[in-house]
Order: sequence, then C-alpha cells, then structure tokens
Amino acid sequence: MLTRRTALGQLGGAAVGFAFAGVSGQRARAADEIVVGSLLDSTGPINIYGLPMVDATKFAIDDINAYGGVVGKKLRLVEFDTQSNNQLYTQYATQLLLDNKVAVLMGGITSASREAVRPVVDKYGALYFYNEQYEGGVCDKNVFCTGVTPAQQIGNLVPWAVQEHGPKFYTLAADYNYGHISADWMKVYLQKAKGDLVAQEFIPLDVVDFGSVIQRIQSAGPSVVFSLLVGGNHIAFYRQFAAAGLNKKIPIVSPTFGLGNEQIVLKPEEVEGLTVIYPYFQELDNATNTKWVAAWRERFGANYPYITDSANTVWNGWHLWALAANKAASLEPAKVIAALESGLSFEAPEGAIKLDPQSHHVVHTVHLAKVNNNKGFTIFKTIDNVEPSDTKDVCNLIAKPDQHTQYTPKF
Amino acid sequence: MDLAAVTALGVLFSVATLALLSLGLAIIFGMMGVLNLAQGEFLMLGAYTVLVASSHGLSVWAGIVLAPIVVGLIGVIVERSIIRFLYGRPLDTMLATWGLSLVLVGAVTLTMGPTTEGVATPLGSFELGRYSVSIYRIVVIAISAGASLAVYLALRYTRAGLVARATMQVPQLVAASGIEPERVYMSTFGLGAALAGLAGSVMAPLTGVVPTLGLAFIAKIFITVIVGGPMVLIGTTSAASVLGVVESAVSYASTPIYGQVAMLTVAMVLLRLLPNGLSGLWRSGL
Repeated sequence: MLTRRTALGQLGGAAVGFAFAGVSGQRARAADEIVVGSLLDSTGPINIYGLPMVDATKFAIDDINAYGGVVGKKLRLVEFDTQSNNQLYTQYATQLLLDNKVAVLMGGITSASREAVRPVVDKYGALYFYNEQYEGGVCDKNVFCTGVTPAQQIGNLVPWAVQEHGPKFYTLAADYNYGHISADWMKVYLQKAKGDLVAQEFIPLDVVDFGSVIQRIQSAGPSVVFSLLVGGNHIAFYRQFAAAGLNKKIPIVSPTFGLGNEQIVLKPEEVEGLTVIYPYFQELDNATNTKWVAAWRERFGANYPYITDSANTVWNGWHLWALAANKAASLEPAKVIAALESGLSFEAPEGAIKLDPQSHHVVHTVHLAKVNNNKGFTIFKTIDNVEPSDTKDVCNLIAKPDQHTQYTPKF
Repeated sequence: MDLAAVTALGVLFSVATLALLSLGLAIIFGMMGVLNLAQGEFLMLGAYTVLVASSHGLSVWAGIVLAPIVVGLIGVIVERSIIRFLYGRPLDTMLATWGLSLVLVGAVTLTMGPTTEGVATPLGSFELGRYSVSIYRIVVIAISAGASLAVYLALRYTRAGLVARATMQVPQLVAASGIEPERVYMSTFGLGAALAGLAGSVMAPLTGVVPTLGLAFIAKIFITVIVGGPMVLIGTTSAASVLGVVESAVSYASTPIYGQVAMLTVAMVLLRLLPNGLSGLWRSGL
C-alpha cells in the first residue's frame, strides 16, 4: 500500500538512487544474475565499524563470483548506506526485499539496527545474516548470526582478567540494548569467576566528556575496568582515561575495543596493553589469512588501516550462504536454511569455523590479545572451538523451528 | 578532602569549557545580533586545524596558536561574502548560516573523510591525594580565563573596543567620525570566529574530531549566550558559571544524562523568571 508517508519518504530519501536500483534490478533478473542486498553504515558515528564491513562485502561477493557464483549465476550487490540511522534500516530492508527481491539480506551493525531489520525479514519470510559481534541470544529461524557472542568473548575474558588483575570490576557500557544485555552477561560470567562488580554505568552514545565517570572510577578503585563502550564519541573515554594517567594504573579489558579501529585513532602510549578478545586479528598466522590479507591489501591499498574482526565476519557470512545455496541448488529461503542447518564448515581467515545447526550461530576459536605499540594487536592466548553456549543452551531451532525471539540472561 | 578538590576542579573545568565555547558566539550573536547557526562549524574547523597541524609534524600548541588565525580569516571571508548582505534580517541570516554549516560539514567530510580522528592529550597528569588529574584540564581552565579576560579588557579599555561597541549601537555616529562601520563589522565578526577557532582547537585533544563535531555544541552555546542576556561578556560568563556548575555537579552526583537534563531545566526556569537573561539584573556593564 502506498501511503502518503511512504511516498514522501521515497521522494525525500533518495528518489534517484531508488529509481536506478529498481531499474537495474529488473535488468539484472533478465540477465540471469542473482541480486543480493547489504545494509551497512558508511556515514555517521557507527561508520567506524561500517567502513571495513562495506569493503569486506564487495570483496566477498567478487570472490564468490570469481569461483563460479551461486547455482551457476553471478551475484549482483545492491547496497544502501544506512547512515547510522535505525529508521533507514527498516525502510531499506523493506525496499530490498519487496522491490529488489534480494535472495539474501545481510547487514546491520549495532544490535538496535539488527532488531530494526529482523521483524521485516520475519514478516516476509526472507533470509537474513547478521555479521557482527553481538550480545547473543537471537533465536530466529530466518536469521543467522555469524559474529562472536558473550559466551565466546566475555566467558573467556572475565576469568582471565580476574586471575591476572584481580576480582573488582567496574563496567562501562553503551546505553542501548547491546550494552545492557552484555552487561548482564558480564555479571553472569563474573559470578562464575568469583569476581565482584563494584559498579556499572551506562553511557549514552553522544557523551564525549568522561570527567565525572573517570572520577567515580578512581573513587571506586577497581582492579579492572570492563569496557562495553561503542562508537566514535566513546573513543574520548580512552583518551581522557590516559590523560589522567590512569592507563598505567588500572587495566582495561574490552570485548568491543578495536572493532572500530580505536587503536589506530588513539596513540599507542594511550592504549598500549589494553586487552581484547576476538576470533580474528589481522596478525593471525595461518595460510588462509596470509593469502586473504595479501589479496585485501592488493585490492584496497597497501596502507589499509587494519582489517577488523567484523570484516572477517562479513566475509564468512557471505561464503556460508553461498556454500549453502550451492549445496541446496536453490535460492529458496527454506531450502537454503535446511542446507545451512546441515553442519557446514568453512575455512575462514580466522581459521576453521563450524555453523551450529540448532542455534544458527558459529563455533569460533578465540584469541586474547593486547594492543601493541604498532597500532595492532599481539595475541598471547588462544582458546579453541568455543561453543556459542549463551544461545545454544536455550535455543534449538531444529526441535522447535517456529521461533523468532531473542533470549537474554536470567538471574 | 582530595575528593572535594577533584570535584571542584571538575566543576571549574565544565564552567571554563562552556565559557570558552560560548565566547565567540557572545560576540557574534550577543554583541552583533547575527544568528550564526554555523558557529558550531567554526569550532569544528578549529579542531581540524590542530589535526592538520599535528599531521604535518607541528605540536598541539602550534595548532592551538594557528587555529584562531585560520578560523578568523575564514570568518572574515564569510562575513564579506554572506553575512554583510544580511544585517538586520535575522530569518534570512538563520537560513544562510544553516546552509553554510551544511556546506562546511560537507566540505570537511569530502576532504578529510567521515571518520573520527584525534590527537593525543599532551602534558600527562599529576597526583591529587588518591586521584590523578590530567594537567591539560588545568591548561584549558587557564586558556578560558585568559581569553575571557583579554576580550573584556580589549572591548572595555582599548580604542578599537570602544569603536566596536559604538558601531553596534549607533553606526551613523561612527561613520560621521570618519570610521567605516563596514570594516568594524567585518573585524568584529572575524574576532568572534577566531574565538570559536580557539575553543575548537583546545577541545580537539580531549575528544574525537569528526566533521559533525559542531552539532554537539551548537545548542549548548546558544542557550548559554541567551541565558546570559544583554551584557554579552558578564552575561555569558555568569551563565556559563551557573549552567556549568549545575551540569557538572549533577553529573558527578549521578550520571552525565541527568547532568544535561538538569542544565536544560535550569536554563528554562531562568529564562522564565528573567526573560532578559542573567545580566538583565545588572544596571550597566559589558
């Protein structure tokens, strides 16, 4: 139904772009191409995460096409810049599914943006991949979450930090669904590790002055600051923390630092030694990654800042879908989902990964690493094949397929 | 004791940054009456001056010295090419300067890229009892105090200051005594822009620098200048004191969200009780 509002939205949004996308979409179907869709933020405060993911999307699609495409046809990407605006996610997701009739939709960066896309995907019975580190628990027949989850990150980072630095934790989290749910997971794993939460604070995404926060941290005197901060504005925290001389006194651990290449924006003397945990680091020493990094640099320039974990996750998402669609010899969501649930594995830049059929999540090998003085990370500990147990323990989409929900930790 | 001292420093820092950020607008809007919606972008240009300077191997301090010069010159160009046709037409000025702000954000995004950049905070920290405090914060307080005082002295005691104030009140009289009001407008606007450039450059080592940086400050500085009222300098500094103390005291006691809420509430109540602003209470002053 064309209401006045949607009509205005189309006019105001990007009428020209829409028209072109529409026209070429039809042409593509005639030319026997497969149209696939991507929604990522290449402008606005979330673009610190989005830019490498946009590059990874193009890279992955060209790679799939170079190896013969999917069911014998080439992929053609239709992408929209969602401008760090969740409203645009809903609008463009509808557009991609109904107008461009994409075979698969990938994208979303913040958990808020994923939750904007998910209902649209469920409504039209489409297939959606969310390729980013997140707070876990999404249990949805139509959705595959290929990123690393709290059981894999926080579940290993917290026990290590308790042992290494001490039991008193101070949590700083971004004030939206990702920060709140992850802070709850943090409590779960901290309890298991016999640690003690001194305080937790939720910080809106537009806060840039951390003076009061830093003072409260000093008053509380924790053994570790646990950062779940997100976005360009929150980078100011690490800078002001270092300016107060605290980076030498209180260690910071974080499952989000680095995804936005914070270690490049900040100076080594401000953040050296900060500990993070991810499945992928550019420095990983395996044959697939060596080749991948070389090909990436050849394509995007030798001085590309740093290839993030999110870029690797996007690459994995596209390839897992292509593997499944080829296996199913079909683009129909139900058949592709069945193939995705057949226990796929893939040789990714991060190493071998396995797609868990019952939770639609990925089993990752994770690495603990510290920021080094060269704007990158030094890996010092590896934990093999960690299950996404935060989701897998509560979500079984094989036994109970008709689910479209997100589980959160219960106390 | 050390907690009280650190909190006091924090509150003083909030007041100082608010006053410094608003100082340029106090001249441009408070004194000249130009509704400059691109003032936030002047701050942003100041921050980028520091960024460009440090990427060319200059120190942060060199950047802070350069920023007012660069942004002041940009201000003069803006005044000559846009603002001077619009004196006495507030609505048209708003539209034009809003457009200018979009152009500046767009131009910087195109040339510098949309990503967050930054320079490290210089100078390190010192110990205050159990707490450690960034030395740079003290420097910011000093720069703010110095800039406010310098502007006050210049406007109050120099001949140029006298001419500027006279031009804003009775331009015909100034013209009759052989001085071109046009040139006075131009240099006063340039001064306001230069002060914004200084403020932006001082903030650069504390936060990330992005093309949309100005958006975070524009509402806050307009509120400060409007609450300040008719005597631009005394008004703006006293408004910055009241609002800065409220915002930071509440932030320290609870969280930054309530700090912002409290500041806006106080601003509304003040304008309801004192429609002419805080300095409406004074009989005379600057």
